[in-house]
Amino acid sequence: MGERTVPGPAAALELRGVTAGYDRRAPVLRDVSLAVGAGEAVGLLGPSGCGKSTLARVSALLHRPYAGTVLLGGEEARGWRHRAPRAQRTAVGVVFQQPRLAADPRLTLAALLAEPLRATGRTDGIPARTAELAEEVGLGPELLGRRPHEVSDGQLQRACLARALVLRPRVLVCDEMTAMLDASTTAALVAVVERYRAGSGAALLAVGHDRVLLDRWCDRTVHYADLVSGAVTPGRRAPADTPAG
Amino acid sequence: MSERTLLSVRDLSVRFRMRGGGEVAAVTGASFDLAPGECLALVGESGCGKSVLASALLGLLPGNARAAGRARLRTGEGTGAGGCDEDGIDLLGADERTLARTVRGRRVGLVPQSPAAHLTPVRSVRSQLAETVRELTGKRGTELADATLAAAERAAFPADHLDRYPHQLSGGLAQRAATALALVAQAPLLLADEPTTGLDRDLVDRTVDELRRHTDDGHGLLLITHDLAAAERVADRVAVMYAGRIVELAPAESFFRRAGPRHPYARGLLDALPERAFTPIPGMPPELGDLPEGCAFAPRCARATDVCATVPPLRERVACHHPYEGSE
Ligand code: SF4
Repeated sequence: MGERTVPGPAAALELRGVTAGYDRRAPVLRDVSLAVGAGEAVGLLGPSGCGKSTLARVSALLHRPYAGTVLLGGEEARGWRHRAPRAQRTAVGVVFQQPRLAADPRLTLAALLAEPLRATGRTDGIPARTAELAEEVGLGPELLGRRPHEVSDGQLQRACLARALVLRPRVLVCDEMTAMLDASTTAALVAVVERYRAGSGAALLAVGHDRVLLDRWCDRTVHYADLVSGAVTPGRRAPADTPAG
Repeated sequence: MSERTLLSVRDLSVRFRMRGGGEVAAVTGASFDLAPGECLALVGESGCGKSVLASALLGLLPGNARAAGRARLRTGEGTGAGGCDEDGIDLLGADERTLARTVRGRRVGLVPQSPAAHLTPVRSVRSQLAETVRELTGKRGTELADATLAAAERAAFPADHLDRYPHQLSGGLAQRAATALALVAQAPLLLADEPTTGLDRDLVDRTVDELRRHTDDGHGLLLITHDLAAAERVADRVAVMYAGRIVELAPAESFFRRAGPRHPYARGLLDALPERAFTPIPGMPPELGDLPEGCAFAPRCARATDVCATVPPLRERVACHHPYEGSE
């Protein structure tokens, strides 16, 4: 225990020595390393405000780190946000805590769900793919025609999860995806993620503050505090006092 | 209304009139009692009507809403004015003036959902607390300063943090500052609306433990939450709401530990927890503006039969035609 073998170049997602934040003099993340193996589900546990959301954003190529490397499927990330190469950007799907901040209020749920298809010019498949995913997340045709203010948080989060899956990502990053939701909706969304992963072999990084949930959901759970020292970086030796992940 | 009852709610219903003539049945026929020193957790998913019920008790419903039924808050001192008599205040019948001057903040302390949103960002905790103390007690000068300190202490807010601004506080201290505000008037009834949303588990535990402490001091606590683990930790009794109705009202001990929930929805909700079966209830709740005839849970219920096409009344604490018995 305490030692792990390197998932190797095939790790679906790897952060090496990442330092990131919003102020260079006071980065939120300092020298953080973490690897998620191919097909693996890793839970990242930490208190709110500790920087784990920044880590999720860096992993999804939405936030450029000051230092360090992000690798997707062994390949180094070559840009961030809209500068990320399309193949890399679309390899990661991301779902955030607050669906209302992550959804354009003018779009119907159907349009929201299909946004990534439109953005990448894959307009042909929109109706079929939208219908397929809407059914998967449990949204009926009537709900698909509504706008965000006409649905509940849970229904909107279902649409946001469908949007994250629409391009069939190889890595899914869920940042406190269910923190606002009731127990049944939580279990339903986790089941959708797990069905998708079972069918696609995609890896998962689930960031959260609920240990019981992450332990139940993921193959292993790592503590944010342990990442900072590099303790759970695969291939490095963990300090003796680190709980086995 | 019995000697021991602090709040007695009978047949409370709330209807929203919508543009275009529709009507939303946000709450239907809710009845429950709450005693001093008791915590009742009102649980259910968002949109089930539990927050609307709370707003109705505080007289904070929007203009297009109508509340019916009774909600009597015992006061022990009748003023004879605006819905008060020697038995208490009818929260639904009282006029806005009475509610604003004698109920909200005074007889009912509100522990808010999001302390960050409740505290004014540009003023220190001391100044906000002092203002509330002055408003509610009329104290001035050194008396006010002392009462402010005492109010902070009651919520375990550290005195040496009083001059901080809300953004300089941890989540836990912000929650305590908001709780201190709610406790200023030593209101007999505390109403906490989702006080733990988005908090870390440790902080959830600490927040509900503090609420429990205030309950043990003799307050009646109505806790509105979708967090079943928080409810299990703090509540004496649990009321489960689904589609605007209370479908089960049970002692927390038997609900969470012994017999288990008796209503299929309540059972499904508990089974969805990651520490239990982690299986979702199929489907989604109905729209409150378009409720099915009969039991609103029927489309999602594995036990539904023909008789479920009629609304099951709340009998022996459960509103279901085929409730689970014991630890079935
Ligand atoms: S009344 Fe019927 S449909 Fe409703 S919860 Fe009970 S068994 Fe299910």
